[in-house]
Amino acid sequence: MKILIVDDFSTMRRIIRNLLRDLGFSNTDEADDGNTALPMLKTGKYDFLVTDWNMPGMTGMELLKTVRADDNLKSLPILMVTAEAKREQIVAAAQAGVNGYVVKPFTAAVLKDKIEKIFERLQ
Amino acid sequence: MNEADNQAPGMEYEKELLEQVGQLKDEVEAGDMAAAMRRIADMGEERDQTLYLEVGRLTRSLHEALRNFHIQAGNEHQRQALSRMGDASDRLGYVVELTSKSANRTMDLVEASMPLASQIQQEGAAIRSEWQRLGQRDMKAAEFRQLYSRIQRYLDVTCEDSSQMYENLSEILLAQDYQDLTGQVIQRVTDLVRDVEDNLVKLMVMASDVDRITGTVHETAESSEEKDKEQNSRGEGPQMNADKRDDVVSGQDDVDDLLSSLGF
Repeated sequence: MKILIVDDFSTMRRIIRNLLRDLGFSNTDEADDGNTALPMLKTGKYDFLVTDWNMPGMTGMELLKTVRADDNLKSLPILMVTAEAKREQIVAAAQAGVNGYVVKPFTAAVLKDKIEKIFERLQ
Repeated sequence: MNEADNQAPGMEYEKELLEQVGQLKDEVEAGDMAAAMRRIADMGEERDQTLYLEVGRLTRSLHEALRNFHIQAGNEHQRQALSRMGDASDRLGYVVELTSKSANRTMDLVEASMPLASQIQQEGAAIRSEWQRLGQRDMKAAEFRQLYSRIQRYLDVTCEDSSQMYENLSEILLAQDYQDLTGQVIQRVTDLVRDVEDNLVKLMVMASDVDRITGTVHETAESSEEKDKEQNSRGEGPQMNADKRDDVVSGQDDVDDLLSSLGF
């Protein structure tokens, strides 16, 4: 299981990386926005994507839409971890095909719960 | 800008205009067209004078506002250096730097402490089950000698590791000192933003007098739909006072409720 973590703040990437490691996912890579993430995803090496929304360059929302529109990537499970908390934004993310949505600030338990739910549904 | 300056001559102009219109009406009714035409020309002149005065006032206020922000005329570089805005950006940059440094320092120390804690836990658990075997007299003499030295090593390592962890924890405590510094910086920038807003409001009031005299109407209708759309994809960052707003979720439970109502 290889996971790509996309967030423009290195501290947040590090927190997520540590939490994922505690959950048993130690094979992770990082990118700081959608533009950096997309070519990495296109290599086909990743099984799971954790992305922020608000980033300079390509946002998480644009990345989500781009991934869903790509024939090779469209079934990639995506968890959004973001400070964006408006109802219409969450609805928009759901409509764009996100698999899970976690609002910051979040706890390790919430992250674990959402990731497990996503895998449950995939099986 | 003082209060007297805010009393627009536009008002006086309106009073004057009202008087003139009355007289103009009298003159037209009396058939004195030459006087009426002269009066119309005078009214135009008066309007221009008032306008010049008002624009002058506005310009002066603008200068004053800029001076209040310590932005002096000069080359671009000097203006940048003297600008409180530039200073504010630097200060906020400093906040970002300080908080990021502190977060990383804290995470370094946490990452250094976690293996120590899990080592103490794992070895402790292993020794506990050996110890239980000893209690049940289910242990050979040779095994007991091994357990004895294992406990000896465990005590040594635990003493060392726990004092290292204690040191890490007190360093984590110290790494939170950014809060005091960043708090002060943000307070100052907040004061500046309030100042800027006050001055802009005053300028706006003056500019509206000019608009009134010239009869200028501004296009205020924005192409907001386009903007909204872009904003939607851009993201807005953290929301304040989420618990007082209906359009914002106040936590993960709200998000889960919303998503499950959509069938997720």
